[in-house]
Amino acid sequence: MKTSKKENLALFKNMLLIRAFEEKAGELFEQNLIPGFIHLSIGEEASSVGTCSVLRADDYVASTHRGHGHMIAKGADPKLMFAELLGKSSGYCKGKGGSMHIADFSIGILGANGVVGGGFPIIVGAGLSIKLRKTDQVGVVFFGDGASNRGTFHEAANMAAIWKLPVIFVCENNLYASTTPSEYTLAGGSVSERAKAYGIPGFVTDGNDILEVRKTVAKMVKRAREGKGPSIVENKTYRYRGHFEGDPQKYRTRKEIEGFRKKSDPIERFKAFLKKEGHLSDKSYKTLKIEVGQEIEESLEYAQDAPLPRPEAAMEDLFVNP
Amino acid sequence: MTDRIISCTDALAEALAEEMKRDETIFIIGEDLTAHDGIFGQFKGLHQGFPGRIIDAPISETAIVGAGLGAALTGMRPLLDLHFADFFTTAMDEIANQTAKIRYMFGGQVKIPMVIWAPDGGGLSAAAQHSQSLESWFVHTPGLKIVVPSEPADVKGLIKTAVREDDPVIFFQHKKLFAQTGPVPEEEYLIPLGKADIKREGRDITLITYSRMSYLSLEASEQLAGEGIEVEIIDLRTLKPLDFDLIVGSVKKTNNVLIVHEACLTGGFGGEIAAKIGEELFDYLDAPVTRIGAKDVPIPFSPVMENFVLPQVNDIVNGVKKVLNR
Repeated sequence: MKTSKKENLALFKNMLLIRAFEEKAGELFEQNLIPGFIHLSIGEEASSVGTCSVLRADDYVASTHRGHGHMIAKGADPKLMFAELLGKSSGYCKGKGGSMHIADFSIGILGANGVVGGGFPIIVGAGLSIKLRKTDQVGVVFFGDGASNRGTFHEAANMAAIWKLPVIFVCENNLYASTTPSEYTLAGGSVSERAKAYGIPGFVTDGNDILEVRKTVAKMVKRAREGKGPSIVENKTYRYRGHFEGDPQKYRTRKEIEGFRKKSDPIERFKAFLKKEGHLSDKSYKTLKIEVGQEIEESLEYAQDAPLPRPEAAMEDLFVNP
Repeated sequence: MTDRIISCTDALAEALAEEMKRDETIFIIGEDLTAHDGIFGQFKGLHQGFPGRIIDAPISETAIVGAGLGAALTGMRPLLDLHFADFFTTAMDEIANQTAKIRYMFGGQVKIPMVIWAPDGGGLSAAAQHSQSLESWFVHTPGLKIVVPSEPADVKGLIKTAVREDDPVIFFQHKKLFAQTGPVPEEEYLIPLGKADIKREGRDITLITYSRMSYLSLEASEQLAGEGIEVEIIDLRTLKPLDFDLIVGSVKKTNNVLIVHEACLTGGFGGEIAAKIGEELFDYLDAPVTRIGAKDVPIPFSPVMENFVLPQVNDIVNGVKKVLNR
């Protein structure tokens, strides 16, 4: 799958945007401006952007507690995301969801999910709905290595397989389920190998190589659109931040984190590739960085200026017909 | 209106056939649906009448409910057959954390037109894991509507409304009432959620009940009428929304209240009604509001013990007399 210079630069900019968004969210959290807690996906941008870049606007995505990247990659508006993170009334969910519960149904985002493994059955339902409505949409569920040990994964994989649903299970294996190494939690040692049990294709990618992720997911999306059923793609990646912001991270060393950052940072690697291809110069890189920085600043400004919700608004939106 | 006498299961199947004909987005998923029209024969004729829309699922209640939710979020109108209400436990996250909360926590972006059909209740020696009445769990979870019909006409009118709702509905149907027959209008009709029904008028005491206990309460009332006690029976039909206005009117008339449900007493919905009556109607009461529910143990297998644990007609007769001090 060949990507043009224009496509490559769009992918790259999207990765930069996600990283800038999350770094800014981390700063805001540190300054006590974000209530509650947040989970950042810095280091995993190749997986979210690579995957969503081969989806259409009418395709569905079910996301996770670590979902900011998926949202932006699928086309969500950072303004409305920041506003939600700050608990403002103009946020995606009017301040009722927060970081772990952002959704944008207008672009197929069926929601981040505060329950690990909560997205599997939902995407199966979206797949079933696609099949019953006879469209050629597909659904992607993002999940971590930890979620693959939940019963929801197995029930959903089985169901999607017997009904040949147009669903792709995209694992972001970042080596840790919260604080527990997947080496310890994952019987058989592989998420993608579990596909065999359900008679569906399973692939592992270098999840920090955006073009490899994109190529692999694109094949599975095409397969799903053709009615050939579900698949599992396991993107091997790494998160630089803790499970949540403020995580003391006693389960790993600073050296390990720095090692991944130096060796396989998805943005640095793609940048080097783009330079080699002649798609990116120092100057155009600088311009991109400035553009992204401006978008983040403007988005944050919008969110900070946005009004807080009326407390009584807490009583709205429970039912369509109360 | 002309009425026919049909059973609760036939009322359900008839209602769903009418609705599925009217709306192509309605479909049914669950276990063992096509071989025998559902394990209670509750979907008779649907799988032949609507091919491809009655879907047999693997034994995966989590995925069945979650898939229903995913389909409801993307333009369909699913009805999920839970096999037995007792199996709610195997899909609890999908119901309580996902279905009940998704519209709210996403700021009202989306509607969830979905019905979970759950056969509940005891009296069949089905023992602890196939006999429960679990409605209180869901009443205590904001975001769900709860329907608990008794007679066939209510089953039909309420299921038609439930599948047209844009909010998630849990529709309980008592297993021991499946074969129960009653008059059902020939013409099309709907019963709105949140409208209780007076099954018997009386001046002496308001008996608030629902589901199978509605029938037992009627039986008890006939006995009591022989002793000169006239019981007014309110069948709630839906717990959420709750028709408290009807209760208010009746209590102001009778000044006495007995609440009867099959679910175990402690933490049951009767406590909620009693508290509301205490808060709002204290001055109208001649006696403390009294509750009857199952004893606080799992439902035992042996019929002698099961009958001892579940409320019986006699318990209701005695309960009424206790409230009235007779």
